[in-house]
Amino acid sequence: MSAAPALTLDHLGKAFGGLRVLRDLSFTVRAQEPTALIGPNGAGKTTVFNLVSGVYAPSEGRILLGERDITHMPSRRRIAVGLSRSFQNIRLMSHLTVIENLIVGQHVRASGLLDLVKPFRLVPNHRWRREAIDALAECGLEAYADESVSALPYGIRKRIDLVRATLAGASLLMLDEPAAGLNPTETNAMRAHLELLKKRGVTLLIVEHDMHFVDQVCERVIVLNFGEKIAEGTLAEVQRDPQVRSAYLGDEAA
Amino acid sequence: MSGYQTGLLVILSFNVIAAYAVYLPLSAGQLNLGIAGFMAMGAYTAAYLSNELAWPLTAAIPAGAAASCLLALVVAVPILRTHGIYLALATFALGQVITAVFLNLEVVGAAAGYQVTTFTGPATVIAGAAGVLAFMLLLSRTRFALYLTAIKSDPTVADLMGINVRGMQIAAFAIGAAIAGLGGGLYGHHFSFVEAQHFSVALSVYTVLYVLLGGTQTVFGPLVGAAFFTLLPELLRASQGWRYVFFALFIIGFMATRPQGLITADLLRVFRRSRRAPEAAQP
Repeated sequence: MSAAPALTLDHLGKAFGGLRVLRDLSFTVRAQEPTALIGPNGAGKTTVFNLVSGVYAPSEGRILLGERDITHMPSRRRIAVGLSRSFQNIRLMSHLTVIENLIVGQHVRASGLLDLVKPFRLVPNHRWRREAIDALAECGLEAYADESVSALPYGIRKRIDLVRATLAGASLLMLDEPAAGLNPTETNAMRAHLELLKKRGVTLLIVEHDMHFVDQVCERVIVLNFGEKIAEGTLAEVQRDPQVRSAYLGDEAA
Repeated sequence: MSGYQTGLLVILSFNVIAAYAVYLPLSAGQLNLGIAGFMAMGAYTAAYLSNELAWPLTAAIPAGAAASCLLALVVAVPILRTHGIYLALATFALGQVITAVFLNLEVVGAAAGYQVTTFTGPATVIAGAAGVLAFMLLLSRTRFALYLTAIKSDPTVADLMGINVRGMQIAAFAIGAAIAGLGGGLYGHHFSFVEAQHFSVALSVYTVLYVLLGGTQTVFGPLVGAAFFTLLPELLRASQGWRYVFFALFIIGFMATRPQGLITADLLRVFRRSRRAPEAAQP
């Protein structure tokens, strides 16, 4: 087990006007140690993702990716330093086909001016298409390559979203509720997909409500409540924690 | 070809050029309602250069396009900070300002209009439109065009994928303006006359209408939209003065039943698939 930090949040805080949604949050995600971020609704889990990916700027504190301080890095530069994420509601571009979505996902590796203006899609089976098809084939999704995104079933769209998030070769992948809304077959497919990414050395940070899924995928769990970290450890450890039990079940149960 | 047919083809060419000038920023989700202003910029610049400085057409018309592009780059920074309806209003106002400036500019004839001494025939105009079409077809196969659609679909995700959203939008706006400027330059030299009143709000709005009617999802939409808009009033000519009433009713009906435009990405995919199907059947 590598102990090198993949992501470090250092006294991170976020306020929207007078509303403080995160306060003094510090934790470390170690490289290749799949970690889950859990907590009741409104605990600030998605806010953490939005701060780390740069959709919002933090009010205080620092964010480190590996050793690099990315607190003030523009959001669009973060994927190039190894950070990628998915959204809770799938955000595939609905006007584009599966393959076109994936070609957009390859941008980091084709961001020169020449890459931008070369009419490479005149060639029927161009290199970028082949590469995207290979990525789909690894997860058994190649049959959907030329489908319009909006026509696909939810579980398939979710995994295509995941494929797209990985095409830039990110080292840290943040997934917002990867198993939500999936049926048992789709959940198994999603888990197999994540295992594949783990084998490739991708560090996973996931927000998830399905504790069975968390147990199978993650080695470490961080619990948030009202914007603060209340527990950290293995799933079994945090489930025994009285503060966690109180947060999930109400004070009487604790 | 009869004079009538040639005349129609020339009008179609101007409409196609204008349609692509609107389409390019629109494919990134930005409505430019001031396209007539950019045409005026190209028309007056090209006319001035060929009249007063005796530039050849081959230099004056591209220079008009470049001037229009440059103007777009300058105004893009403040204007593209606005979004949606505010962006449409800002471009609308900009188009009016540009036209009003030329209406008062004595050096190019002000309200009396500006004679253009060099004439260019229908062939140049048609070649210009064909060139724009070829350029757009090539562009549609690039990452740039794909990113514009991605930005229209979801700018936040496009940004997180590492795409410079603002840069792409500015580029689309400026290249669109250059195409409008090219159309303007050709217009002035073909009709041997430029007057600011021609570059009106109605011209901008009609052009947007062609593009929406044709569909903004694919590169063929504006071509089909412009052809439709140019030819349909001609077909309705038999009904005399009523033709614009029928035409307007048709547009309302069309927009109500097919708001995504005539040509959509799914429609093209159906075509491609039916063409590919026989090959796939072979072992």
